Amino acid sequence: MSATAEYEPVIGLEIHVQLTTRTKMFCGCEVAFGGPPNSRTCAVCLGLPGALPVVNQQAVHFGVMIGLAFECEIAERSIFHRKNYFYPDNPKGYQISQYDIPLCRGGRLGEVRIHRAHLEEDAAKLNHLSQSGRIHGADRSWVDFNRCGTPLVEIVTEPDIHSPERARDWLTVLRETLRQLGVSDVDMSQGSLRCDANVSVRPRGTHELGTKTELKNMNSFAYLEQGIRAEIERQVELIRGGGTVVQETLHFDPRSRRLTPLRSKEEAHDYRYFPEPDLGPLLVTEEMLAAARRDMPAELPADRAVRFERELGLSAERAHLLAFRAELGNYFERALASTPGGNGEVDAVELANWIPLLIERIGSDADPSDSKVAPESLATLAVMVKGKEVSRDAAREVLTMLVESGGDPREIVEREGLGAIAADEDGLGDIVDRAIASDPVAAEQVRAGNMRAIGPLVGYVMRETKGRADGGEVTRLIRERLG
Amino acid sequence: MSDLLELTAAAAAERVRARELDAGELFGFYRRRAAAEELNAYTWVADGPPPELDGAGAPLGGIPLAVKDLFCTEGVPSQAGSRLLEGYTPPYTATVVAKLRAAGAPLLGKTNQDEFAMGSSNENSGFGPVLNPWDRSRVPGGSSGGSAAAVAAGLAPWAIGTDTGGSIRQPAALCGIVGLKPTYGACSRYGMIAFASSLDQAGPLTRDVTDAALLLRYMTGRDECDSTSLEFPEEIRLPSAEDLKGVRLGVPEELTGAEGGVEPGVRERFEATLTVAEQLGASVEPCRLPHAPHALSAYYLIAPAEASANLARFDGVRYGLRVDGEADLLTMYERTRATGFGDEVKRRIMLGTYALSSGYYEAYYGTAQKVRTKISEDFRAAFEQFDLIVTPTSPWVAFELGAKTADPLAMYLNDFCTVPMSLAGIPAVSIPCGLSDGLPVGFQLAGPAFSESRLLDAAHALERAIGFDGRETRR
Repeated sequence: MSATAEYEPVIGLEIHVQLTTRTKMFCGCEVAFGGPPNSRTCAVCLGLPGALPVVNQQAVHFGVMIGLAFECEIAERSIFHRKNYFYPDNPKGYQISQYDIPLCRGGRLGEVRIHRAHLEEDAAKLNHLSQSGRIHGADRSWVDFNRCGTPLVEIVTEPDIHSPERARDWLTVLRETLRQLGVSDVDMSQGSLRCDANVSVRPRGTHELGTKTELKNMNSFAYLEQGIRAEIERQVELIRGGGTVVQETLHFDPRSRRLTPLRSKEEAHDYRYFPEPDLGPLLVTEEMLAAARRDMPAELPADRAVRFERELGLSAERAHLLAFRAELGNYFERALASTPGGNGEVDAVELANWIPLLIERIGSDADPSDSKVAPESLATLAVMVKGKEVSRDAAREVLTMLVESGGDPREIVEREGLGAIAADEDGLGDIVDRAIASDPVAAEQVRAGNMRAIGPLVGYVMRETKGRADGGEVTRLIRERLG
Repeated sequence: MSDLLELTAAAAAERVRARELDAGELFGFYRRRAAAEELNAYTWVADGPPPELDGAGAPLGGIPLAVKDLFCTEGVPSQAGSRLLEGYTPPYTATVVAKLRAAGAPLLGKTNQDEFAMGSSNENSGFGPVLNPWDRSRVPGGSSGGSAAAVAAGLAPWAIGTDTGGSIRQPAALCGIVGLKPTYGACSRYGMIAFASSLDQAGPLTRDVTDAALLLRYMTGRDECDSTSLEFPEEIRLPSAEDLKGVRLGVPEELTGAEGGVEPGVRERFEATLTVAEQLGASVEPCRLPHAPHALSAYYLIAPAEASANLARFDGVRYGLRVDGEADLLTMYERTRATGFGDEVKRRIMLGTYALSSGYYEAYYGTAQKVRTKISEDFRAAFEQFDLIVTPTSPWVAFELGAKTADPLAMYLNDFCTVPMSLAGIPAVSIPCGLSDGLPVGFQLAGPAFSESRLLDAAHALERAIGFDGRETRR
């Protein structure tokens, strides 16, 4: 029995998002990636004696937008706290964060409820000269304070996720939502989006939560999925062997793809939170809420996916693909709205089917708007396929040519002689007859009712017609003859 | 020479602005006195006036200023009285110091203090105790003891310090000068090495009330770098009152009765001053501050709690002292802090850490905050019936060096009368009101938030009537 057949994983995520504000959370230093170490620092973000924090209003604005996007309750008055711990990446000896009264509470994104979202500041970056790249056993460590004080929003979900795949998918939706809000670069490889996971398992059908572990350092979507999967397997194995899960923090090693416990010194913390006396309460006025609403995109990805499914009849999978990659969705909607040449309206489902084929050809990360395929060209192609003016196979060839050199699909079909061969023309019937004659064994099997044997016969016809024949039509003709 | 010493800062500024006195000459005069001092009041003295000094054109006349060590001054040692910050020179200047310099009060020197402003006798300085100019075997008070002693001894025309629970008022009282703690938020804290952020406030230590008002006028104002600073609602007036007609003074039993442990000589001077106030036209009535006796307990939870976080940055990583930890981070932290911090600082870090710990937070820090709220409410209620609240500043006069170092709790009682105002965030001024056994006694007046001009007016009227003579220590 597989681990997850017997046990249900319960997963909650904690996401840190670096905001793309112009300056840091509590000082005027520029927020940027890279650059010489310690080149973007000042008395405040270095924690020099006497320096004081001042809240970045743009970060508050972004925080409110994030809260609104997740349908959270935005606190009119929230409080910054000091979270105390000693570490070289933490120059003041405390991080300014929010604790019992965060900026955003409640809310949801898709089927996952949001527990809270709050503002805080990022730590400095440590570089350790050691084999493991970790501080233990390092000969020397350098601290780069460029990142220190970068505004962060920490988003905490409820434990509403029940598989590693869903965790990954949901994080993709979250990323796209944040991207479209324009509040973050949301790049996991650069650390502007970071995700920890709280993982526990429980026997299926039960409701009590098991002991959870906290997984850290999964800095890609694949690692998140791998890390969670490995941890679920570890926990189930442990429980099956009569053991119990211990609450601990685990570090994901992308090289070994294994989880190792952090040394207890690194995690045994009483953070001694108390209200930050250098800052007053964070007040969010009606004007600030209105300004945040004004800067929100008209439609967020989750809403767009729903619209694609409900109004256009796309499959959930297609709807998600197009909604959660805005550039695909935008291209798709431009094509849908275009007036292609040819017979009839653009069929949304047909058109949507051509988007994955297009990105397969232009590179999975590319924006189709940058390709040579004009949206109306793709729409035309979809119309031609739907109207059986061109077979699916031939249309794929046309698409390849469009990607290479652009142009009008109708002209390409004409020029290349790729137009569909209708049942009643161009001797398709003759070709079908030749196919049956060429493979009497297959023909006999089809006649006997074994429809799997029809493949070679259809293949013969498609080869002969260079893919221009409609596969469905060919099948119909063969069965007619062998019925 | 002695002519210059006779001048208050305000009078000297007038002379400079009238071009009857050269600011550079005055600077040189005080610089020489500061460099030759024997009280250990200074930790650093300037070589000379800043080249751009234009006393005649500046509102403060180029009158040199002594600055408590914990104010950051660019390129000048700013050590907050701590060995941990020995030789530390900040890359920027505290807002208040920069404002005063811009108004024409150049930096004369940095003054000694209790380490990180934790203390009431200046014996907690990492750079040795400051001596009281009235009696060199006695303490000057603290934590702004260097600033107070420097002004009292004529080693500076005027000075600034900081007050968290009494650190301006108490040393001013023990040294026979004027010390004002402004309303919390009136002066920017940016660049003040923090002790307890919700209480720390910069303020003047001066020879007389007029000097305090003049200096304060250029210290206040909203600072974009300090989120807790506020725009002062009016320009500080120079005091002119000569009587106290119609002024209702409240005398809180809780701070002036037996509970406060006020020594007889101090009580006698306090009561004599109340009589003077009545003669000037004031009404003097007992008032109640029911929660004030708990102020000290609340203060010694809140201030150390904030301090435990504020002092966490002194970890040996980026600046100040670092003691090698033999390749172990925790060992480096422990050795650095064990070596760099003095006993009182360690005591308060431990107190504060404990008060904030999981499981104790509500009982200690949480309760202390509630008491703080109650104390603010007590004052609010009292100010409905009274214009000002008056108490002795310190329960006793300057004590012998070493007399209280073995008993931290006895030392903390120094602040019994000054801490309630700090917790309430309201302004309070100490003025000298006479001598007891040849040592100065301080009289404290406190008013509602932003009542500084009224407060200083009343203090001015009393000062004139009392006629305290501080010349003895300025020789």
